[in-house]
Amino acid sequence: MDVSVGSSTADNTAAAEGQAFVWQRKHLLGLRELSAEELNHIFDTAESFKEVSQRSVKKAPPLRGKVVVNLFFEDSTRTRSSFSLAASRLSADVLDFTVKASSVSKGETLLDTARNLEAMGIDIIVIRHSAGGAPYMLSQSIDACVVNAGDGYHEHPTQGLLDIFTIRELRGSLKGLKVAIVGDIAHSRVARSNIWGLTTLGAEVFLVGPPTLMPSAVNQLPVTVCHNFDEIVGEMDVLNMLRVQFERIGSPMFPSVREYSRLFGLTEERMTRAKKDVLVMHPGPINRGLEIESEVADGPNSTILRQVTNGLAVRMAVLFLVNQAAAME
Amino acid sequence: MTQLLIKNGRIIDPANNVDTVGDLLVSDGKIAAVGKSSAKVKPDQTIDAADKLIVPGLIDMHVHLREPGDEEVETVASGTQAAVAGGFTAVACMPNTDPAIDNEASVEFISRQAARADMAHVFPIGAITKGRQGQELAEMGQMVRAGAVGFSDDGDGVANAAVLLQALKYSSMFDRPIMEHCEDKTMSGGCMNSGHYASILGLPGINPLAEELMLYRDVQLTKQAKARLHAQHISTAGSARIVRTAKAEGVRVTAEVTPHHLLLTDADCQTYNSNFKMNPPLRRQEDIDALRLAIADGTIDCLVTDHAPHLRSQKELEFRNAPFGIISLDVALGLYVKALIDTNTIDWPRLIQMMTIAPAQILQVPKGTLSVGADADITVIDPKTEFTVCVDKFASKSRNCPYDGWQLHARAAYTIVNGKIKHSLH
Repeated sequence: MDVSVGSSTADNTAAAEGQAFVWQRKHLLGLRELSAEELNHIFDTAESFKEVSQRSVKKAPPLRGKVVVNLFFEDSTRTRSSFSLAASRLSADVLDFTVKASSVSKGETLLDTARNLEAMGIDIIVIRHSAGGAPYMLSQSIDACVVNAGDGYHEHPTQGLLDIFTIRELRGSLKGLKVAIVGDIAHSRVARSNIWGLTTLGAEVFLVGPPTLMPSAVNQLPVTVCHNFDEIVGEMDVLNMLRVQFERIGSPMFPSVREYSRLFGLTEERMTRAKKDVLVMHPGPINRGLEIESEVADGPNSTILRQVTNGLAVRMAVLFLVNQAAAME
Repeated sequence: MTQLLIKNGRIIDPANNVDTVGDLLVSDGKIAAVGKSSAKVKPDQTIDAADKLIVPGLIDMHVHLREPGDEEVETVASGTQAAVAGGFTAVACMPNTDPAIDNEASVEFISRQAARADMAHVFPIGAITKGRQGQELAEMGQMVRAGAVGFSDDGDGVANAAVLLQALKYSSMFDRPIMEHCEDKTMSGGCMNSGHYASILGLPGINPLAEELMLYRDVQLTKQAKARLHAQHISTAGSARIVRTAKAEGVRVTAEVTPHHLLLTDADCQTYNSNFKMNPPLRRQEDIDALRLAIADGTIDCLVTDHAPHLRSQKELEFRNAPFGIISLDVALGLYVKALIDTNTIDWPRLIQMMTIAPAQILQVPKGTLSVGADADITVIDPKTEFTVCVDKFASKSRNCPYDGWQLHARAAYTIVNGKIKHSLH
């Protein structure tokens, strides 16, 4: 599945020379399997869609007559809204299908639900599920396009894409940039998607957090692990602060909110030691004063709202591309 | 007098140190003669076993027949049908049914169902604790009288060390093994082996120490109780070391291993196919290598399937939510051959020993030999002809098997129970 990874500049040149890249995936399940060429193609497409959002009539026709279903098994306001808006800006019909945390052993299974939806003639399923691999499983058993909107702590590819797109937009290239991902890496799908996408594009990834919140066998990932935020904060070009999951506070993984913010929170004080032009990112929604202080979240280095804006363009690009790949089949 | 003559095969009977080409005569359900048959014999039926192996009926001492409680998934009848299709003339069934097999009446029920099915012999394993709750000892003595041959809370280990110590002491008066599913649940809770693949797949991991810590604890308890422990489905290099050391110290411990822990690794979970989800989970290649070594040096005593049927609709759930367990009774023999003979780990006589007399001795049942006068439980193996595994042809009621489409080359040509042919390929 892996396509060889080339440098982004080389890819851009190739594209400029007219060797038109053709997107061939009808599912977007994760960033791990994407090549640099594919990632850049999504970003280039997203750039062109960003312009649509700035028009007075914010609509383009490519998905007219298509049906996009948001199949969400976990609560999510912003990702779902972002996908809904992205689909409607591309003129698709959107169906929101939220399944309340259902019992998994009784009643309809995920596959039953998906097959039922498919029988209604849908084209793209955007799925969020608490179990890693659920979108993969779906893609194996139905004909519609599947877009992963977050599965367990496996991947959240559109979040990874919008984070990287934002960095690319502000820095031009990812090559050689140092990006710290700070927080609960073990249980973060955002971290995983970022790790794959960033390293494929030549950035250097640092994972920062306590050992209890690192994934198992983390040494086998293409990253540098650091337990002392202050040791590396000065070298970083990007600080991506993950949201603290409240259900883990007080578990054996970390003792208290106070201790966590002291060691790993992005405080104003810590910011004084960061690079002047460091990008401060957060996938949202933020816990003000916990992983990030308000002054930093709202400060000049913060890209948090830009990420949200870019999320829309990236999701438009993804829906557009998977639909295009399905049409070629 | 009904006579069956099996002619001209390679007779392997490890219990009697036999490995020779010859004939085997069955008379009225018992083994009547082994070696060259006399010309005077006029059998009612003859099996030509040229190029085939004639071995004691295979025994699988770890299967789940799901009866009572989950008859939609498997029954004693369908499970023993799968057993004979796979060359097994006897199985030991685990008590994690609904309700649990934890009393005399349930044990007798299993034996009755087995008699009705009239396929393979079934040796019931009783629960160690009432309702498999890990608290009070089940009535082991009553169950032994009803035919239970060992005790296990399989599916769970006995978490409370003091309870297990009492169980070991108590069971020692019947010389029946305590068979432990070693898993410290405070350290497991995931759905696949913890490590690199769990990490990139975003699935919660099961720490190998969950198995090893309880196994080590159980060995120490067994030593103090002067009892007998059987370690079920060991899956890690660390577990193999613990058993090896225990045996060297003279602790009465035996161990079993499954085909999946010898053939598959956690890398196979990458398709999120729940037919690669079982407990203990698939480990790393290093663990497979260590388990093979432990088989070669005698640390591991016997081979089992841990045949664990589940409905397709259950296994179709997301990997994290699907139940643990896979089936392989129908094709286990070919899998062991692939894992152990094709890799030159052991030879045929040792493989047969691990599938016949070894489990018979652990369970103290008069099976697993071709001695004259023994019950005529015999498996005739075709060791060469290639075939493709097709789960839709399984006799089991379930289909949760990861080996569909695999090429294997050893299977039962005939399975004979009490002198009667219960399965034949032709």
